[in-house]
Amino acid sequence: MSKELIRLQDLTMEFDGERILDGINLYFNDHEFLTLLGPSGCGKTTTLRIIGGFLTPTSGRVLFDGKCINDVPPYQRQINTVFQRYALFPHLDVFGNIAFGLNVAKLPKAEIAQRVSEILEVVGLQGFEHRRIDSLSGGQQQRVAIARALVNRPKVLLLDEPLAALDLRLRKDMQNELKRIQQAMGITFIYVTHDQEEALSMSDTVVVMDKGRIQQIGKPEDIYNEPKNAFVADFIGESNILDGVMLEDYKVKFFGRTFKCLDAGFAPNEPVDVVIRPEDIDFVPPEEGHLTGTVTSVTFKGLNYDIIVDFKGFKWLIQTTDHQPEGATVGIRLNPEDIHVMRKSEYSGMFGDYSSYSAEYDELTEDAADEEE
Amino acid sequence: MKKNKSLLLSGPYVLWMLVFTLIPLGVVGYYALTDPSTGVFTWGNLRDLSLFLPTLGSSVWYSLVSALICLVLGYPVAYYIAHRPPVTQKILYMLVMLPMCMSFLLRTLAWVGLLESNGIINQFLNLLGIPSLELIGTPGAVILGMVYNYLPYMVLPLYAIIVKIDNRLIEAAEDLGCTPVQVFSKVVLPLSMPGILSGITMVFVPAVSTFYISQKLGGTDTMLIGDVIERQFKSAGNPNLGAALSLVLMLLVFICTGIMNRFGSDEEGGVVV
Ligand SMILES: Nc1ncnc2c1ncn2[C@@H]1O[C@H](COP(=O)(O)OP(=O)(O)OP(=O)(O)O)[C@@H](O)[C@H]1O
Ligand SMILES: [Mg+2]
Repeated sequence: MSKELIRLQDLTMEFDGERILDGINLYFNDHEFLTLLGPSGCGKTTTLRIIGGFLTPTSGRVLFDGKCINDVPPYQRQINTVFQRYALFPHLDVFGNIAFGLNVAKLPKAEIAQRVSEILEVVGLQGFEHRRIDSLSGGQQQRVAIARALVNRPKVLLLDEPLAALDLRLRKDMQNELKRIQQAMGITFIYVTHDQEEALSMSDTVVVMDKGRIQQIGKPEDIYNEPKNAFVADFIGESNILDGVMLEDYKVKFFGRTFKCLDAGFAPNEPVDVVIRPEDIDFVPPEEGHLTGTVTSVTFKGLNYDIIVDFKGFKWLIQTTDHQPEGATVGIRLNPEDIHVMRKSEYSGMFGDYSSYSAEYDELTEDAADEEE
Repeated sequence: MKKNKSLLLSGPYVLWMLVFTLIPLGVVGYYALTDPSTGVFTWGNLRDLSLFLPTLGSSVWYSLVSALICLVLGYPVAYYIAHRPPVTQKILYMLVMLPMCMSFLLRTLAWVGLLESNGIINQFLNLLGIPSLELIGTPGAVILGMVYNYLPYMVLPLYAIIVKIDNRLIEAAEDLGCTPVQVFSKVVLPLSMPGILSGITMVFVPAVSTFYISQKLGGTDTMLIGDVIERQFKSAGNPNLGAALSLVLMLLVFICTGIMNRFGSDEEGGVVV
């Protein structure tokens, strides 16, 4: 992981005058596992299609090894794609599909057979060579699609939600397998997903996108621990996001109290968003707490309880193994490392408030009852 | 209950088939196997068929050539239409259908007017000082008539199949290193196969039994099996022989389409043409 391989420069894409990608600047290093993460419709597939050569950007350039490849057709790019909905050839069987690229490259028959059977083993589809595509399950088709791209040993592999159709167990297995393949074969992976857990666990670098813009680029830990704005904080895991004021370096005020924190570099008295992760909060006896509140709802989640606590009318989500009954008065302490301060953004005030948490639940059941009538 | 309903629904069709297809077929079979004068059972009519084998052969040959020409002409047209925006597609589709709204006889007669020894084309050539060409009464004219009349039957099924080819498959092929030509030969063409086979069938079947085209555009040496059959029923007054010929022709068509279907299902695994 060192050399830069692909760079997107000021990439903009418009469809019918609607701006889908808005000034994307991004580079991909050789051998890197980079993930584009974002909600549905944010432009992930569009970005991949531009890199693959299936779309020409409205403006901006795609550089490969320093050379502009905007006008290079897909078949001349050293890039292969695992398409979002497989796009397997229905007129060929599993072997024919996987061998397709190797046949086009006119490799010797024996080598083709060898490589296909190797890759079938990797994706766990030994013995499926002569199965028809439409006789495969969704998950099996997805693995054929992965094999069909991987078998060509491309320099760069684009994967568009390649594991979306797999069940949880198989997905975990394939995640590990893909990561192993990526490292063993030294391929640059550009991976698209809207599953944040998948993104965090597999990637070297995560790029969080929304509304055609990059919100944050960074290592998984950095994205999680130091989200840049309310959107990222909310999209990656759960977050309580509060209005605050940065009094001075390392001092932030919210809920009428001043807390020590680890953040600096803001203007004096700058309004900020404060993020507190639900799993960073521990209960203390009310008299020892920085803040005291009332438990309004408790949900058992297996590993932990999701507890909603009302602090002066603002409801927080707290994830803990420490069970508290509904109606209990609890105290919490916030240590400097539990507090993360972010600049205000267009997303401020849109996320991170769990006031509707239980109300939403009631409304849903009411709606369901209405429909039955 | 359900069974009764479906019986009720298919009733009219079954009745129609019975009255207008199966019974006439029985009559054809009866005539084919009875003696013209005495009306007793005989294989005689079928034995006489060997006389007409050359005619049958040339009918098949003309129809095949026409079907292939239709394919070569029709495929690019169908491909072009399938890749236009939806609204343009509808208009072009209508244009392909348009000639079918006109009487088959008129369309053929129009060609007579064009190709005749003193027809429009020759008059035009003469005007330019070029001597008249012998256009009508040639095998070429017959094939032209067939191609002209049956081309839509090729274009429409081809279009229906090509328009359904998923664009992502084409992208996948490009992604895996195919040049545009390879994309066509390795993906588009194989996926068009059901359309090609049904197009060929749709042209071949009416062409092989046609009589009007060859009568109007052909000469004495381009008589087709359809003409022979027609003559048996009319001027020659031997409906028994005509019936026998029809029966054989029908069998031939069945065999041809059967082979086509078989070929298609091998390629496409059960796609019904
Ligand atoms: N060819 C096109 N014409 C018009 N609009 C398009 C086209 N392709 C994509 N879009 C629009 O661009 C936006 C982004 O689409 P894109 O497929 O990149 O989303 P995505 O991030 O991959 O979403 P998902 O997670 O649902 O796959 C969407 O609003 C989509 O409707
Ligand atoms: Mg997508």
